[in-house]
Amino acid sequence: MDLKDLYQDIILDHGQHPRNFGKVEPCNHQAHGHNPLCGDTVTVYLDVEGDRVAKISFEGRGCAISQASASLMTEVVEGKTVAEARALFGDFQARATGKPSETPAGLEEDVERLEPLTGVKAYPMRVKCAVLAWHTLIAALEGKEKAS
Amino acid sequence: MSAGAPKLAAATLRPNRRRLREDFPIFGAHPELVYLDSGASAQKPQAVIDRVSRFYETGYANIHRGVYGLSAQATEDYDATRRTVARFLNAREEAEIVFVRGATEAINLVAQSWGPSHLVAGDHVLLTELEHHANIVPWQLLRDRIGILLDVVPIDDEGGVDMAAFRALLGPRTRLVGVTHVANATGAVNPVAEIVRLAHAAGALVLVDGAQAVPHRPVDVQALDADFYVFSGHKLYGPTGAGVLYGKADILRAMPPWQGGGDMILSVSFEHTEFQDIPARFEAGTPDIAGVLGLATAIDYVGEIGWDAIRTHERDLLAHGLKLLQEIPGLHVVPAGKERASILSFTVEGIHPHDLGTILDRHHVAVRAGHHCAQPLLAKLGVHSTVRASLGLYNEASDLDALAAALRAAQRMFKR
Repeated sequence: MDLKDLYQDIILDHGQHPRNFGKVEPCNHQAHGHNPLCGDTVTVYLDVEGDRVAKISFEGRGCAISQASASLMTEVVEGKTVAEARALFGDFQARATGKPSETPAGLEEDVERLEPLTGVKAYPMRVKCAVLAWHTLIAALEGKEKAS
Repeated sequence: MSAGAPKLAAATLRPNRRRLREDFPIFGAHPELVYLDSGASAQKPQAVIDRVSRFYETGYANIHRGVYGLSAQATEDYDATRRTVARFLNAREEAEIVFVRGATEAINLVAQSWGPSHLVAGDHVLLTELEHHANIVPWQLLRDRIGILLDVVPIDDEGGVDMAAFRALLGPRTRLVGVTHVANATGAVNPVAEIVRLAHAAGALVLVDGAQAVPHRPVDVQALDADFYVFSGHKLYGPTGAGVLYGKADILRAMPPWQGGGDMILSVSFEHTEFQDIPARFEAGTPDIAGVLGLATAIDYVGEIGWDAIRTHERDLLAHGLKLLQEIPGLHVVPAGKERASILSFTVEGIHPHDLGTILDRHHVAVRAGHHCAQPLLAKLGVHSTVRASLGLYNEASDLDALAAALRAAQRMFKR
């Protein structure tokens, strides 16, 4: 696999200029994720209204992959139901680790949006960078303070 | 790799002889490999690999047990390694050499054996900001167990230990100073002899972590007057699993065993056990015999090349690498005090070290990217992680050319 497939323009763009960076107000869910191996950190902030993620943002530091993944995640998850967010997580985690996944109905565009990040499947050491923000999102949705 | 790379490396080291790189079969299996991670672990010369294989193929038996020929020979070879290591460090006697798994285990041994038998609540252990986790955490465990206090000598603006602060922190209840000989995250060389002199004048012992020093410079524990000196064999071109604790004989003799089992006893009954004298007292159970034998071969290998040649070679390489890196815009080399040994730690503006690590890997350049198990030091330096290129005797100038070229390629890729 060519490096350019991993570091696609969209990843470099989101890595260097992350969207939805900062803390949303109001915020009724938040969780912290940490990758002890490389020191990447991410905090995901949510404003969940009913069963819907009304607002989502993040703060963190780390490599281009981890920052771009968090940034793209906030873009696709905002406005989704909690169930849709979980479905996107399951699909993305499968694809990022090279496993087959059936695209969740109605989320085709979002899955396509996340596709560039699934290039990490060719770089086993970097998969954690791509999924850290998603694990942290799930922890926040479950009311946990830390992603495990 | 650039075609016009200077050939200073091979030429300096072995005039009219083969390149040292050719002694290491990993480079035959991976001709494109640019290995700049010897600070994490060094590659192994054929002689070491052969020694380990030969032991398993034709000489294997446990030591200190059998009366049969194979066991007697294995025991003799194992004990001979102790002499080899004692000579390597210029220890007074073989009994001062304890075989352990590596530097980490050696420090844990001292913390767990010497610590509780010589320290009481309120005593101080003095460390430096240059330590890696192996020389921090064992002392924290001891602190939590018996209530000692830990002090930390800061680094100065140049990245070396702040000696004025060291003098100031060396107090009446400082019982031990734990200091790295060469900092693994930056390559800073500590003035160990001076630190020992000052510590002894204040009544404290000194443990020197030599893991990053012994592959690159001769170490004379008597000249340093270190009370403990530890290193890992695998960073010295030896197998993993065998390392060394050197301790002054009278200090080791005053320490209780830290692990119990076979090989460390004279006699055992359920009421009472008589322990062996040093060093066997600290070597419970069957050790990594093959690892220890391989370590002896590694020491012989380094000795055959000679310190003068190794130091000249690595000094030239380091200067070459430093120059190349400093020419790259946006690259910042982490300062390493007054003297730097075989390690170049750096950051590149706008590119996270882990992205650099992945990109360099695609250019066949192996480096370490991360916190180097020295999080407190990096925090002090104001970075969360760095890229670390560390040298071994098989490196050549072209390896550093390849590093610089790959870094420039990464910059082109990230330039938007």
